[in-house]
Amino acid sequence: MSVQTAPRSASSRRSDRTTGARENFSGWANRHRKWLFAAPAMIFVGVLIVFPLAWTVYLSLTDSHGSVRAASEFVGLQNYATVLSDTDRFWPAVTRTLSFTGVALACEILLGLGVALLLWRPFRGERWVRVAILLPLVATPVAVGMMWRLILDPNIGLVNQLLGLVGIPPQPWLSGQDTALGTTIFMDVWQWTPMVVLILLAGLTSLSDEPDEAARMDGANAFQRFFYVTLPLMMPTMIVAVLLRGIDALKTFDILYATKGKGGGSFHEVETLNVYAYGLSFDYNQYGLSSAVLILFFMIIIGTMWLLTMRKKAASK
Amino acid sequence: MKRRSIVKYAAVAAVLSLGLTACGGSGGGETKASGTVRVTLANHVWTEGIKASIPEFEKATGLKVELTQLGEDQLSDQYNVKLNAGTDEIDVMMYRPLQEGKAFAKNGYLADLTSKVSQDAGWDWKDYQDGPVKASTVDGKVVGVPIITEREVLYYRKDLLKAAGLAVPKTMNELQAAAKTIAATSPDTAGFVARTNKSAAVTQFSSFLYSFGGDFVDGSGKSAVGSDAAKKAYAFYGGLIKNFGPKNVSTDMSWPEAMAVFTQGKAAFYTEADSLYKNATDPAKSKVADNVGFAALPAGPAGSKPYNIASWGLAVNKASSNQDNAWKFIQWATSKERTLAAQKAGVPGARSSVWADPAGTSTYPKDLAEAIASSAKAGVGHDRPEVITVGKAREIVGTPIVSTITGADASAAADKASSDFQKFLDSEKK
Repeated sequence: MSVQTAPRSASSRRSDRTTGARENFSGWANRHRKWLFAAPAMIFVGVLIVFPLAWTVYLSLTDSHGSVRAASEFVGLQNYATVLSDTDRFWPAVTRTLSFTGVALACEILLGLGVALLLWRPFRGERWVRVAILLPLVATPVAVGMMWRLILDPNIGLVNQLLGLVGIPPQPWLSGQDTALGTTIFMDVWQWTPMVVLILLAGLTSLSDEPDEAARMDGANAFQRFFYVTLPLMMPTMIVAVLLRGIDALKTFDILYATKGKGGGSFHEVETLNVYAYGLSFDYNQYGLSSAVLILFFMIIIGTMWLLTMRKKAASK
Repeated sequence: MKRRSIVKYAAVAAVLSLGLTACGGSGGGETKASGTVRVTLANHVWTEGIKASIPEFEKATGLKVELTQLGEDQLSDQYNVKLNAGTDEIDVMMYRPLQEGKAFAKNGYLADLTSKVSQDAGWDWKDYQDGPVKASTVDGKVVGVPIITEREVLYYRKDLLKAAGLAVPKTMNELQAAAKTIAATSPDTAGFVARTNKSAAVTQFSSFLYSFGGDFVDGSGKSAVGSDAAKKAYAFYGGLIKNFGPKNVSTDMSWPEAMAVFTQGKAAFYTEADSLYKNATDPAKSKVADNVGFAALPAGPAGSKPYNIASWGLAVNKASSNQDNAWKFIQWATSKERTLAAQKAGVPGARSSVWADPAGTSTYPKDLAEAIASSAKAGVGHDRPEVITVGKAREIVGTPIVSTITGADASAAADKASSDFQKFLDSEKK
């Protein structure tokens, strides 16, 4: 028997080349796998976040108005100067944004913690209670806005009619210059406390029982066990809740727009930065100015987030 | 080697994306070639009528109509986004000549229809009333065809007036006195209601302003909202609502809220656009449908001068590559027959011949038809400042309305608004 070495055919040479190319590619892919796997996400972030942000920064440095495609002049930081010196609309909007967020957040965390503690230990009918509590969360904010607008209508609304039964005079609620912001805060609390409850409940359930039992053995009462054991252990979870809910509350737009419309009412009584920027671009068509407001707003959010993250790190230590 | 691979994959990615774009592009091209007209309309009674008759148009022309229907605010936002991006996805657009016309024309969103409107004598552009034509003409070019017109009229409750022994007010003073009487005699019913939101109220306030002898801008293009006539008009309109309006009056009322107060039977007088009359006379929407009367706007010191304007028009998107077919649609939708059909359904149009035709007003309550006829004669062609950024201008000139409603001094508020408005006018000239 003799072994013949057949001359290598053209096709096998070609397949060698393909195999070679495939190996080349897999080698290349292997060497760069961290980039390759991250590429879709990076392209996504680039196209949908970095580009629009960079474009907004660019717009904020121009006098773009009317149409974005129309010729606009580069004006440097003039828009920022205009916005920062605007005590008529911008600064009141900043104050409203911060007070809306601050008050809503404080109420939501306090109420959320209370409800989460009530739901922590198993009880009969627990599932029904949980479902009921989560209902506001699944409603769309615009629908929530319309619903409350009807309920709180100063003349034909249910709330004022009920108040009338017990002799309390009708309140203006959403239509009052001084009561509108408070009413929208109430609506935000009504809708978003359940989310805080969910987060805190998850945190509570993951706590181990030992520290609490140890404190009990040492004779600590319920009050002491809550303030010196449960609460410190819950701190990281609470900061997560504050972080998530805080950023969301800063950016609130839907319920404000659904209840008070453009400009946040006739006196701009619920005009937050988001509502203001929306009006600037969609009502006034001043894209340069609006972009400057949005960039400043973005910086406020980043700043708040940074502060909270620092706090979280300190709490985790 | 490494570089070559990267180049190779980049090339593949590029080709792929081009391919996808090409597919998208050719898809779009085909629909155009087959004659699809893309029409964007606002939610309105007019739109309902057109929607039902579109099959007729499709049958007659062989064109296909792709209809997008949106609420007023969403429509504005859509235009802002899409037209800003230079879209050719809209061929025919329903727009508000007085609100957006100037801005859209200035931004180059609207195609010049001047030669098109004069081409077809049968369709007859000369048949259109002067005010609406003026509103849809910018810098001498026709950019739209008016489809819906409005005048401010007085809605009132026949039963309440009868019970109080009052005649239908002919002057502003009589209106005030009648509102006072009713507010005093029936505690649950307001004497008067009207829009209170500072931006929404401007259009309805405008007729009061004209009837008191004022206007937003004077002959030389300067702000006139600080004039004596304007101050009196602000004080009168705001005062009516403050003194004889609903209790706990909200300063957020646009027409749906104000109309609700009236149709719930909670007010005796209401000044509003005539084009909304069906809301008050339709028993399904109104508790007082049987008792609603209409009259021309009461006369002020300068007479009865309501606005008479084109509230909506149809225009062609300048970036559309289907402009001829778009014009065919507009021509059909604004023909004499369609205008008559729409007017019979309760949508006042802009064609003189349809108004002259008894059939044009046959479905209107008799007193409303009379009020409309007298308003059309004395009417003023604008109901808001004629500027580019109308949204901002309305907020400025509307501020004294809400200030007065909430009890502030009309004169001081008007002075402040006037100086703000002058600054605004100067900034628009730049």
